[in-house]
Amino acid sequence: MISLDFAAVLEQWPLLVRGAALTVALTALSAALGTAVGVACAWMRVWGPAAWRWPVVAYVELVRNTPFIVQLFFVFFGLPAAGVKLSPEAAALIAMTVNLGAYAAEIVRAGLEATPRGQIEAARSLALDERQVFLRVVLPPALGRVWPALVGQIIIVMLGSSVCGQIAAAELSYQANLIQSRNFRAFEAFLIGAAIYLGLSLLLRRLLDEIGPRWIFGRRAATGR
Amino acid sequence: MVDFTLWDILRNLMLAARWTVLLSLAAFVGGGLLGLGLLLLRLARPRLAPLVVLHVRLFQGTPLLMQLFLAYFGLALLGLDVPAWAAAALALTLYASAFLCEIWRGSVEAVPRGQWEAAGSLALSFGETMRHVIGPQALRIAVAPTVGFLVQVIKGTALASVIGFVELTRAGTMIVNATFQPLAVYGCVALMYFLLCWPVSAWSLHLERRLRRERV
Repeated sequence: MISLDFAAVLEQWPLLVRGAALTVALTALSAALGTAVGVACAWMRVWGPAAWRWPVVAYVELVRNTPFIVQLFFVFFGLPAAGVKLSPEAAALIAMTVNLGAYAAEIVRAGLEATPRGQIEAARSLALDERQVFLRVVLPPALGRVWPALVGQIIIVMLGSSVCGQIAAAELSYQANLIQSRNFRAFEAFLIGAAIYLGLSLLLRRLLDEIGPRWIFGRRAATGR
Repeated sequence: MVDFTLWDILRNLMLAARWTVLLSLAAFVGGGLLGLGLLLLRLARPRLAPLVVLHVRLFQGTPLLMQLFLAYFGLALLGLDVPAWAAAALALTLYASAFLCEIWRGSVEAVPRGQWEAAGSLALSFGETMRHVIGPQALRIAVAPTVGFLVQVIKGTALASVIGFVELTRAGTMIVNATFQPLAVYGCVALMYFLLCWPVSAWSLHLERRLRRERV
């Protein structure tokens, strides 16, 4: 008969809280930085100089067609050989940002390309300079158009960050692993870990659905398609 | 001390890549069959639909790594002494089934409602409607995202390395431990994944563009 002992895992709750906190911190930072990278890359692909386009395409395709764990190992184990030494947390943050940046570039590009030409012309005729046209007229509704896809990708990155425990970044899956190595309750520890991830992904979706319309592209842009 | 040339590294990685391909195919086929079953269950028995939705939400809302650990340690808890590849195949199959079920549900919903009503008015059964009316139309829409998801499955198999299955990533780690050349080896590992995934991505994009052209 199988006997499950969740109490043995739950009494180590401070570890779980600390792990979840690092997962949240890594996700928040990489979401902000990765989206910024994505916007920059999308801008370069749509309006940038022709010479900048193919490096962006190469970056996007390379990242999207290799596993995150290999990218993480490359950053953490590979870069020190090239003279760049990183802490596990820094390596995790860089890998997550690079990863999200590539996906966000494609997502944001789709939003930018759907911008009606008339809006750009109208903005120019109001004597806005190119920077203002992009940041104030083109980008906010473009982000509004692709927000659900971007939110989905940020959640995928958050779930993917569970791999960062493999390089000893003390995030949630690392702590679950630590708990099971102490009390040998592996199934219970990972089940609770998975439940916390599920809760975090639901919370994150709610939060981003709120943040997007309120702070980034405005409610009207979100509803008025 | 044995010296590893770049060719030795590549050759060993290529040998290990077989297992990545095999595991991907097993998970994709298994996940496809299970996903199709779940989708049909959802369409044919609306009262059971919430269970299918729960399955999808659970597997889409938790990390694949946790699913792998749960399969690995869960099967052991049941008293089954399973090898790592079996646990990995099980977890990846369940993972793929959730995503494919959701992709195909979207494809079925993209078929105009009138098609269901027309099939109903011809007194076709559920099976006949799916086989002759909805299925073929949904299939056309589903092909591109399904091929695109295959890339996710191939990349997902890299996590099987964590529970000790020697596929491409694990082989890379073992070679790093022997050669102390992480930059070159993980670069080669990434390149091999790229060579596996990129053609599939390009094919998916091609199918998507063709479908869009046909619709216009």
